[in-house]
Amino acid sequence: MSAQEKIKKMIDTNKVLLFMKGDRKFPQCGFSGMACQILDHLGAAYETNNVLEDNEIREGVKIFSNWPTIPQLYVNGEFIGGADIMREMFESGELKKLLDQVG
Amino acid sequence: MHKDDIKKIIAGGINCNQLEVFGDDGAHFEALIISDDFKSLNRVKRHQLVYQALGDLMNEKIHALSLKLYDLSEWNEIKGEKK
Repeated sequence: MSAQEKIKKMIDTNKVLLFMKGDRKFPQCGFSGMACQILDHLGAAYETNNVLEDNEIREGVKIFSNWPTIPQLYVNGEFIGGADIMREMFESGELKKLLDQVG
Repeated sequence: MHKDDIKKIIAGGINCNQLEVFGDDGAHFEALIISDDFKSLNRVKRHQLVYQALGDLMNEKIHALSLKLYDLSEWNEIKGEKK
């Protein structure tokens, strides 16, 4: 399976998926840490993928999403955005609404 | 990488009404861009427009670029709220 196929599969099989550096207990970058804090605060059930463990995924997800930075949030197969967008949508209440719909 | 260089590159790709770039460590930056190029684009597409203007720099010299992106009417509304 190519990196693009692997990414597609991960996104399809996880309703809320965060591509990040490190994991939720030990984020390896401030932006990834903030993304986890937001999702934790909202009580979201989410999976993470540590892109530092696989360079093909790390570079592949940037191409997949046409987005040059990590973290990246996917909800129901749709790319929601990176750290800035997550923070904006958290502050406006949109992210809570979106995650509530997922259940 | 100097913030003024980033500013020039963004200005070359986007019609900005206002453009500010902050950050002095050479790798982490923040930008505020007011442009009607963002009108009717969602958040993801707005960011992509800026990333597109910066090209390979996003993968190479710029470690982080935090973006605040508004069209003119949104920005006027925000300014109005702050008054």
